[in-house]
Amino acid sequence: MTPHTLHTDPLTLYGETFHSRLMLGTSRYPSPSVLLQAIERSQPAMLTASLRRQTGSGGEASQSFWNLLREAKVPVLPNTAGCHSVQEAITTAEMAREVFETDWIKLELIGDDYTLQPDTLNLPEAASRLIKAGFKVLPYTTDDLVLCQRLVDVGCQAVMPWAAPIGTGKGPINPHALRTLRDRLDVPMIVDAGLGLPSHACQVLEWGFDAVLLNTAVALAQDPIGMAGAFADAVNAGRAAYRSGAMQAQDSAQPSTPVLGTPFWHQA
Amino acid sequence: MSDTPLQVLINQAPHTLPQGATLADAVALAGIQPPFAAAVNLQFVPRGQYAQHALNANDTIELISPITGG
Repeated sequence: MTPHTLHTDPLTLYGETFHSRLMLGTSRYPSPSVLLQAIERSQPAMLTASLRRQTGSGGEASQSFWNLLREAKVPVLPNTAGCHSVQEAITTAEMAREVFETDWIKLELIGDDYTLQPDTLNLPEAASRLIKAGFKVLPYTTDDLVLCQRLVDVGCQAVMPWAAPIGTGKGPINPHALRTLRDRLDVPMIVDAGLGLPSHACQVLEWGFDAVLLNTAVALAQDPIGMAGAFADAVNAGRAAYRSGAMQAQDSAQPSTPVLGTPFWHQA
Repeated sequence: MSDTPLQVLINQAPHTLPQGATLADAVALAGIQPPFAAAVNLQFVPRGQYAQHALNANDTIELISPITGG
């Protein structure tokens, strides 16, 4: 998909348009310089960021990251990573809104530290309270259809189902669940977490998902800058394929070259 | 009013502040670099309210700043 096409097919979330369908995490890069170059190469719609206590030399690291965000000039999507209760998530979101001066929040409510699986029972309540407080909530969720429907019911105008647990790079581990979600829900959906390859991103865009959010797949690549570009290209290819309408797969071979007039033809 | 100093936690570290201390005093004591945001006992306190937010004994204060995230 060319840049021109992207401008005619923007991603729309909570009424705001973005001219990229890639959201990029900012963690685990070899250096701030590599992160900045990965951002420049992939031109993401948003950059995720977080909040933590300043400890030791943490103040300098935080200041350096803050300056990088300002230099990148890409909208920031703060997260509530590490929160285990509804109140923790809400307080963290309120703190993020003040620091980053944005109403956007990636809602992470962790229910299991080993798999980093979201707390599916309490996620709708957290989302509901944040939306009532004026946040534009992008909830990180499992691929459970009913949970995603509940998130939409409480006012989420987009949801972010996982492809696989955070940082695993396995790609979509339950294609059926993801495709069912796409069939059943009309809101924008961003596949968040578990993507490892550009082909994974291309695949979910081909299925009709609206965007992807990823971090580790780029940050831990041998060449994060090159991989950032590869993901950006894959997202564009997947979206173009989705809009173009794929052919129906066939069980038997169909010759693509016309049979009529075949020289030396003989009846099999 | 008792003159007993206030024992509080700032980012999990114990600190002592005088009676009548506010969140602004705790922020100054922590020496944290901006930008940051504050919460007391898991409740967000907006920047403009630090000087009015009186602290109590055993308050838990969190001061957090931007970092990378996924």
